[in-house]
Amino acid sequence: MRGFDRRLLKYARSTRTFLVASVFVQAVQALLIVAQAFLLASVIVRAFTEAADLAAVMPTVVQLGAVIAARALTAFLAEWLAHRTAATAMSELRMAAWRHMMSLGPAWLAGKRTGELAQLLVRGVGGLEAYYARYLPQLVLAVVVPLIVGVAILTEDVLAAVIVAFTVPLIPVFMILVGWVSQARVDRQWRWLAVLGNHFLDVVEGLPTLKAFNRAQHQVGQIRQVGDEHRRSTMGVLRVTFLSALVLELLSTLSVALIAVSIGVRLVEGNMTLMAGLTVLILAPEVYLPLRMVGQHFHAAAEGAEAADRVFAVMEQEPPTTGSADLVAAEADIRLEGVALGYDGKDVVSELSAVIPAGDITVINGPSGAGKTTVLNGVLGFIKPSAGRILIGEQDLADIDVRQWWSHIAWVPQSPQLLPTSLRENITMGEDLDVREVLAQTRLEVWVDALPDGLDTIIGEGGRPVSVGQARRIALARALLRRSRVLLLDEPTAGVDPESEAAILAVLRTVPATVIVVGHRSAIDAIADHTFSVGVVV
Amino acid sequence: MILRDPAVRRLREIYRPATGRLWWAAVLGALALGSSVGLMAVSAWLISRAWEQPPILFLQVAVVSVRAFGIGRGVFRYAERLVSHQAAFRSLVDLRVALYERLIPLAPAGLPAFKRGDLLRRMVDDVETMSDLSLRVMLPIFSAILVGTGSVILTAWLLPASGVILAVCLLLGGIAVPALIIWSSGRGQAAQAPLQAELSSEVLTALQAGPELMVLGADDAYGRRIEDVDARLAAAMRKTAVGSALSTALGILVQGAAVIGMILVAVPAVRAGDLWGVNLAVVVLLPLAAYESVAVLAPSALAAIRVRTAAGRLVEILDAQPPVSDPAAPQAADGATVVARGLSASYPTGPVAVGGVDFYLPVGHRIGLVGESGSGKSTVLNVLAGFLKYSGDVRLGGRQLSELAGDDIRSLVLWTPQIPHVFDADVAANLRMAKPDATDEQLLDALAAVGLPMDLHRPVGQHGATLSGGERQRLGLARAVLADHPVLLLDEPTEHLDPPTAQAVLDTIAKVSEGRSLVVVTHQPIPWLDEHVEVRTPGRS
Repeated sequence: MRGFDRRLLKYARSTRTFLVASVFVQAVQALLIVAQAFLLASVIVRAFTEAADLAAVMPTVVQLGAVIAARALTAFLAEWLAHRTAATAMSELRMAAWRHMMSLGPAWLAGKRTGELAQLLVRGVGGLEAYYARYLPQLVLAVVVPLIVGVAILTEDVLAAVIVAFTVPLIPVFMILVGWVSQARVDRQWRWLAVLGNHFLDVVEGLPTLKAFNRAQHQVGQIRQVGDEHRRSTMGVLRVTFLSALVLELLSTLSVALIAVSIGVRLVEGNMTLMAGLTVLILAPEVYLPLRMVGQHFHAAAEGAEAADRVFAVMEQEPPTTGSADLVAAEADIRLEGVALGYDGKDVVSELSAVIPAGDITVINGPSGAGKTTVLNGVLGFIKPSAGRILIGEQDLADIDVRQWWSHIAWVPQSPQLLPTSLRENITMGEDLDVREVLAQTRLEVWVDALPDGLDTIIGEGGRPVSVGQARRIALARALLRRSRVLLLDEPTAGVDPESEAAILAVLRTVPATVIVVGHRSAIDAIADHTFSVGVVV
Repeated sequence: MILRDPAVRRLREIYRPATGRLWWAAVLGALALGSSVGLMAVSAWLISRAWEQPPILFLQVAVVSVRAFGIGRGVFRYAERLVSHQAAFRSLVDLRVALYERLIPLAPAGLPAFKRGDLLRRMVDDVETMSDLSLRVMLPIFSAILVGTGSVILTAWLLPASGVILAVCLLLGGIAVPALIIWSSGRGQAAQAPLQAELSSEVLTALQAGPELMVLGADDAYGRRIEDVDARLAAAMRKTAVGSALSTALGILVQGAAVIGMILVAVPAVRAGDLWGVNLAVVVLLPLAAYESVAVLAPSALAAIRVRTAAGRLVEILDAQPPVSDPAAPQAADGATVVARGLSASYPTGPVAVGGVDFYLPVGHRIGLVGESGSGKSTVLNVLAGFLKYSGDVRLGGRQLSELAGDDIRSLVLWTPQIPHVFDADVAANLRMAKPDATDEQLLDALAAVGLPMDLHRPVGQHGATLSGGERQRLGLARAVLADHPVLLLDEPTEHLDPPTAQAVLDTIAKVSEGRSLVVVTHQPIPWLDEHVEVRTPGRS
C-alpha cells in the first residue's frame, strides 16, 4: 500500500492546506464519535438498570442531538473539502503536466503515443479524484481516529485498550505487504488500459482500410481479446483488493469479538460496569472502521496513485537544454557544417555540409527515407546535431534561445494538423489579420467561396472533411500570413494539381524570405536558386 | 427509474448483463449487510444480558452468533464483490464489441461526426461507466430493500412503534436523500462526462499539433483553450461536491433522528414493561447498522446519473446514420466492369462534392482521374468502394452499386486511401490483412515488387512512426499486390516518392494492374493509362 506521495505537495499546491484542514476536521469528528458513544451508553444504562423515565434522560438526549448535529456539520465540511480539493488539485496537476509536456519539446512529443498521453492527462489525472476525495481523508482518519478513540477506550477499560493497541498496528503492516504484492498487478492493469485506448484509436483510424479488405469484422475478435485482457488485469487487481479487504475485515471483527467476549465475561463475573462495557462496545468498531475503509478504497486509490506516479515521471523529465543567447539576425545564411542528425542515438544523416543563403529558395532533395525531413527538424532546432553544427549567420543554433528562432520561422510539415475550429482561425491563429491575399496565393479562394459558411466553416476533426492537398494549402496560407523571415516547407505541393502548384510556387518566388523546400517534383526544382541532396553518395 | 431510461434500455438490448450471476451477487450482498445488522443486534443483546449475570451457558448461542455474523459479514462481502465485478466486467467486453460493430458501417464517410479523442472516451470510459448500473445502482438498491425490510420487521417485533420509526427513517434516507442529491448535483454530474470528452479531444489535438503550435508560438494560446475546458470541468466537480457532502450530512442527521426516536419510544416502553430491558440496547443501536444499507443509495443516485449520461453518449453511436446502407435484397454482380454515367455524390455534412462524372471501365482498362485538388477525385473512389451514397448511374458487373452489398463490392474493388493506414504491429501483420493466409515468401515477394526490402517482423510503430512517407505508401501498395481484386482504386500513390522511386513504383503499378482494372487519382498524366477523366465540383468553372 502506498502511503502518501510527497510529490503531490509540490505539484498540486492545494494539497497542503487540505491535509492540515482535514486533520483538524477529522480530529473534531473523532471527538464527537467518542461523545456520542458515552451519551448513548449513559441513556441506555440509566433506562435499563435504573428504569429511568424519559424526563430523567432528556438532558442527555438533548446533548446527544447536539452531538449528532455537530457530526453532520463536520462530515459536511470534511467531504466538501475533500471533493473540492480533488477538483482543484486535479486541475493544477493536469495543467502543470500539460505545460511540462509542451516544454519537453517537439522531439519528445514525436516519440510518444499521443493517445496514451491524452489518456494519462484526462483519465489518469481524473483517477486522482478517488485518491483525494476518498482515500486521503480515510488515511488521515486512520491515523487520527484510532489515537483519539483508543485513548477514550483506555479511560474505560485497560484490557480492551491493550487489545486495540496490539491489533491496530497489524493492519498497516498487513497493508504494506498487500501493497508489495499488488504493485505489479496495478502496473499491468494500467498497461492494458493504455493498450486498450491505443488499440482502439488505431483500429478506428484504420477502419476504412480494414473495410477495404473486408477485415473489419475480423477485428471484433481482437477487440474482444484486448478487452478480455484488460478485464483480466483489472480483476487481478480487484482480487487482491477484495482479499485484503476481507482479511482486514476479519482481523477487525475478531478483535472486536475478543473485546466483546472479554467484556461479557467480566460483566457476568460482576467485574465491570455496564456503562463501561457498553461504551467500549460502541467505540471498539469505530477504531477499526477507518482502517477497514482504507482497505476498501485501496483499488481506487491505487489507480489514482499509479496515474499520479506516471504523471510525475513525465514531470521529472528534464526539458531539453536550449540556448539562451538572443538571436542576432534571422535574415542570415543558414550553414550546416559537417552535421550528423538522428533520433535516439542513431544518425539518419551524417557529415552533411551545405549553405542555405538568406533570401533565396533552397530545395532539399534526395530519395525517400534519406532524411530530408530530419534535416528540417535540425534546422528547426527540434533535434540537436550529434556532430558538427548548424549556424544561423555566425551563431550556433544550439546557443540560441530556440523560441526566438521559431518566432521568425513559418513551417509547413508533411502532414499539417488542422485545429478543430473555423477555417479563418486555422489560418490567422486567432490574430486579427486579413486572409484574402493568402487565400488567393494558395488558390483556396474558389473553394472557400463555394463553402456555405465560407471562412467560418468549421474544419478539422468533427467539422467539414478536408483533403490532404487542401490541408497543406491551408497550412501554407497560415505560414505565408505570418510573413516570417524563414519558410520551411516539407513537400508543400504534394496532393496539389499542377496548375495550382505552379501558381503557389510562383508566389514563393516573390516572398521576401529564406525559403527551404523539401520536395522532388521537377516543378519545385525549377524555382530553386540552390539545391542540395541528402542521402546521395556523391 | 434508471432501467426505464430509453438510452439505458436500448443499450441493454444489445448486450446482455449476466443476470444469473447478478442475482447471486444481490443475495450475497444482502447477506453481508444482514450480517452487519445481526452483529450489532446480537452483541448489544449479549452485553445487556451479561450484565444480568445469568449462567454463562445462557449466553453461548449469542456468543457463537456474534462470531458467525462477524465472519459472515466479511466473507459474504468478499464473495459478492468478486461475483458482481466478474459479471459486470464480462458484459462490458460484449458491449464494447457490439459498439465497435456499429462503427463499422459508419467508416469512413460517417466517422468524422465523432472526434477521435471523444470516441476514445466513449468506447473506453463511458462503456466502463455502464458497469456501475449493476455494481453501484441495482445491487445496492436490492440489498437496501431486503435488509431494510428485515430490520424493520425485527424492531417492530420487539416494539411496534420502533419499527415504524425505523421504517420512516430508512425511507427518508433511501429515497429523500438520494432525490435531494440528484436535485442539487445532478447537472454538475451529468456535465462531467461530456466535458471530459471535450478535454480529451482538445488534449489529443494539441499533442498531435504540438510541434506546429510551438513553432507558431501558439502553444500557450491553445493551452488556454485546454485550461478553459479544464476549468469548466473543475467547476462542475465542485458543484457536485456540495451535493454529495450535503447528502452525507443529511444521512447522519436522519440516522441520528432514528436513534433519538428509538430512545423516545423505547425508554417509556421499558418503564411500562412493554419492552424487555435487555432489548433496549438492541432497539436503540440497531438503526446505526441498519442505516448502512440505505447510506450507499446517495452515491448510487450520482452513479445513476453517470450511467444515464454515459448511456446517452453511447446511444449516439447507435443512432449515427451510416452514409450508405446495404440493400434489403443484395444482388450479385456479374463480372467486374464498372460504368459511371452522371455520377455525383456528397458527404453527409457537406454540399455536393462531385458531379457529372462519366467513364466506362471494362476489366483490364486503366484510367486516371485528374482535376484540381478538392474537386472530388477521392470522392469518386469512395463511391466506387461502396463507402458513399451517390446519384446517377453507377454499375459494377451490370448491377447498380446500390443494389450490391458493401462487402460484395469490396471483394471486387480494392480501395486504397491517400495515406495508407499502417497499424501499430509488425510488417507481416500489416501485410497479412490483405491476404490472411499468405506465406512469408508471398509477403516478401510483395515487398520486393514495390521495391521495399524490409524485415517482416519489424514493428512499424503508431501510425507507422518508424516508416518514412514513401515507405508507408509502398507498404500500402504491397497490400494491393497481395490482394487479388479485379478492380484497383489508388489515390495519388506516388505523391511522396522521389522521382526515380516514383517512376519505379508506377512501373510496379503498371505490372500489378496488368489484366485488372485500375482507377488512379493523379496530378501528372501517366503515359500507359488508357484514358484520363476530368473530375470537377459542380458549380465551379
